[in-house]
Amino acid sequence: MLIYEHSRPGRMARAQYVAAKGVSSELANDLGAHVRLSALGLPEVSELEVVRHYTNLSSKNFAIDKQFYPLGSCTMKYNPRGAHAVASIPGFLKRHPLAPLANSQGYLSCAYELQNYLKDVTGMQAVSLTPMAGAQGEFAGVAMIRAYHQKRGDNERVEILVPEAAHGTNPATAVMCGFVVREIPVTKEGDVDLEALKAAVGPRTAGLMMTNPSTCGVFERQVQEIAETVHEAGGLLYYDGANLNAILGKVRPGDMGFDVLHMNLHKTFATPHGGGGPGSGPVGVGARLAPFLPTPTVGRDEDGTYRWLDQNDIPDTIGRLSSFMGNAGILLRAYAYARLLGAEGMNRVGAYATLNANYLATSLEKAGYTLAYPGRRATHEFIVTLSSEAKHQQVTAMDFAKRLLDYGYHAPTTYFPLLVPECLLIEPTETESKAEIDGFVAAMTQIRQEAMTDPTLVTTAPHTLPVTRLDDVKAARDLDLAVKVNA
Amino acid sequence: MPFIPHTALDEQEMLGAIGVPNIDALFDEIPENLRAASLTEVPAGISEMALQRLMDQRARIDEVDLSFLGAGAYEHHIPAAVWDLVGRGEFMTAYTPYQAEASQGTLQLIYEFQTMMTRLTAMDVANASVYDGATALAEAMLMAVRANKTNKSNRIVVAGNLNPNYHAVCQTIVKNQGLILDVLDYDPNTGCLLGSVEAALDDAAALVISYPNFFGGLDDVDYLTDQAASADALVIGVVNPTALALIKPPGEWGARGADIAVGEGQPLGIPLASGGPYLGFMCCRQQFVRQMPGRIIGRTVDQTGQPGYTLTLQAREQHIRRGKATSNICTNQGLLVTAATIYMSLLGNEGLRQVALTAHSGMNALTELACQIDGVTARFSGPVFHERVLALPVDASLVVEKMAAHGVLPGLALGDWVTGMDHCLLVNVTETKTAADIDQFARLLAEMIEEVKATC
Repeated sequence: MLIYEHSRPGRMARAQYVAAKGVSSELANDLGAHVRLSALGLPEVSELEVVRHYTNLSSKNFAIDKQFYPLGSCTMKYNPRGAHAVASIPGFLKRHPLAPLANSQGYLSCAYELQNYLKDVTGMQAVSLTPMAGAQGEFAGVAMIRAYHQKRGDNERVEILVPEAAHGTNPATAVMCGFVVREIPVTKEGDVDLEALKAAVGPRTAGLMMTNPSTCGVFERQVQEIAETVHEAGGLLYYDGANLNAILGKVRPGDMGFDVLHMNLHKTFATPHGGGGPGSGPVGVGARLAPFLPTPTVGRDEDGTYRWLDQNDIPDTIGRLSSFMGNAGILLRAYAYARLLGAEGMNRVGAYATLNANYLATSLEKAGYTLAYPGRRATHEFIVTLSSEAKHQQVTAMDFAKRLLDYGYHAPTTYFPLLVPECLLIEPTETESKAEIDGFVAAMTQIRQEAMTDPTLVTTAPHTLPVTRLDDVKAARDLDLAVKVNA
Repeated sequence: MPFIPHTALDEQEMLGAIGVPNIDALFDEIPENLRAASLTEVPAGISEMALQRLMDQRARIDEVDLSFLGAGAYEHHIPAAVWDLVGRGEFMTAYTPYQAEASQGTLQLIYEFQTMMTRLTAMDVANASVYDGATALAEAMLMAVRANKTNKSNRIVVAGNLNPNYHAVCQTIVKNQGLILDVLDYDPNTGCLLGSVEAALDDAAALVISYPNFFGGLDDVDYLTDQAASADALVIGVVNPTALALIKPPGEWGARGADIAVGEGQPLGIPLASGGPYLGFMCCRQQFVRQMPGRIIGRTVDQTGQPGYTLTLQAREQHIRRGKATSNICTNQGLLVTAATIYMSLLGNEGLRQVALTAHSGMNALTELACQIDGVTARFSGPVFHERVLALPVDASLVVEKMAAHGVLPGLALGDWVTGMDHCLLVNVTETKTAADIDQFARLLAEMIEEVKATC
């Protein structure tokens, strides 16, 4: 039932009225022809109806708080309540973004320290916290690469290289920044094809965007040669931090030779995904790109006062990326997470994420599943390919994914990366226990059995959710994007 | 390791199953010389209790008693139920609803949000959000250039009375694709755009109008929209959702309405929180829906014919179309959409109207009181919505500093924002301000102006 179906003319949540007796429309007489004459068209419901409706809707969601959520490349780890609680302290929630510095030292001190922590864990020289999601971090990074070449008068560099396994945001970002995208093939072991890369680089190369560990769930072993190849050709190296959780505390992108990176704090730093956002995508840079960082960043004067650094401090900045200073509330949660873990805890994130992924990969292999890269170590995630099941039982990766929902597990990422057929990309994260992983393996074992004995059960799944599979073709053909008026 | 559940026995069993002696062995594909990281800046971990105490102290530093700051982020009352519901783990800790069957809660909620936004703006369709108001405008500019089939120009004419931060963000985002932003001047007396805009609109893909504008003023949107229509330029309206309960929605501007409407959704139940996370909303005409960036939810049916909700028109998006997508946006502001939807449901038509009217009349009352102070005037003539520029007899930033020391933030000193406005203060009043608050503002303003005068 839609909230609009609860609506009745004249019903109301009266406690939310500013004035119980009503407010006279005459107060708007000075607005003349600007006054709105048409109806607003919002639902008219009681407070209890609202609370009950949205509570019931929430129960139709899978969520980390309810289920194991092994979504590859998404790092669905536990989102600490303590971090949420401190970001929700009234002094932080009520702070206006343009408040004077004297009324901002509390927030600014957290942001300043977070910048330093992020520099430390990534091995970069400087950080800007302003990008509001991974894709905006990518935009900032690639725009900085462009600004760097332009500043040097190196205007022929019009190409961004992207391995074919890359997230879709990489090529989309390169195009948004005015570059041409050139894809580099990946070998059957999951490494970037170094020979193809060497053939592709040249005076047109602005940079290479890379995720390491890659979306194939393996560590790019030749990363130092790749960095050398791109740098020798005059290009810069971009690190997509989507998989940073795998190496947190183990290896730093700055040490691998990357010039610029973004982090997804909603993955690595455990801030909630919120059903699609908000994220936070700070960028880190080496010395060469530091002059181009997006503004504002946070600095500290000699007297210990924190203040915003803007174009006056960073004259070659690529500019502003948000109305104010980025997703501050998410940054506070990430700061809280960093303080709770400390250096010791940070060092263990990558270790236990990797332990869980390798244990799960080994267990699934023992249960008869085919790993896409069997000769390789899993990182924090790995790929299972169901080509053989699709061929012999006509049960696809999507069918396995949907059937998992019936067992109370969120599905892994399906059909990504595109180069592995019928794949599931599986990431358990460090916050899941052995028992939870064993339960998942038992379900996968059962589904594999069902695929052989009763394939229809799997191909028509899910059977226990609020809806069965949805008609996506109809959704796109008969567009229904809003409740019709008077419906 | 506060959130890692492994016991020593678990670890041992898992390593045994994998067939490695220790966790370090799992990193053996990483070149030895890279495995060096030691953290020097991150301090030792602390307990939740210690963290709470630390953060309580820091948050207290930032507290103020009373604030009249607006300029794009507004203090409204947020019903208690909003964040009680938003904070439910089922909303907060869910991922993007790619698995539709396991995400009907979020998906239906976004469909309801899209409905509410189309009605508030009187536009045909809405998306499921972008990052914030400024980036919504940048996306709208890129969209307008793609969508304008009659005029292939890459030039956008932007109202000079747009929030300067919005202009700056758009510049950062669209310049790399070769778009040119031309500024349309405003009348120094009214703060509204100058009469004839015909010449400026010649060969422009779109016109950006801010309603209300940065100074709180209300431009003649009917006239501007009609002018743009006759020049084959699309109209992008930047609007405040609270204001739309009182003033003309973009879908009703001029003879044909605006083509794209965007804005900052923060006033709809989202705390100020230092500037984010907020929510950028985008609405447009039906005919442009395939040029819209971001996620869109559609209503459809499942295999048994019962209604359900799913992500649709995904061929616009980066995970399908890669380099040919309408935008690189992936993660959006889903949780804030949840807050805005619940807020709008709770307020309803009459509730939101009361918020807007109370804010509006409060601003008028403040103006009247403030202008009784010697040397204080309304900088621009004409009606405003809940925000106005006051011209002071002294440097406004000095007054802000002094009033802040008394726990009152009187507004934004415009000296650093608009050339020649050193004496100007941008003041906002919402429904949260009582008559006593407004009195206190005026009294303190008068006193502090005298203090500044005395020290100059």
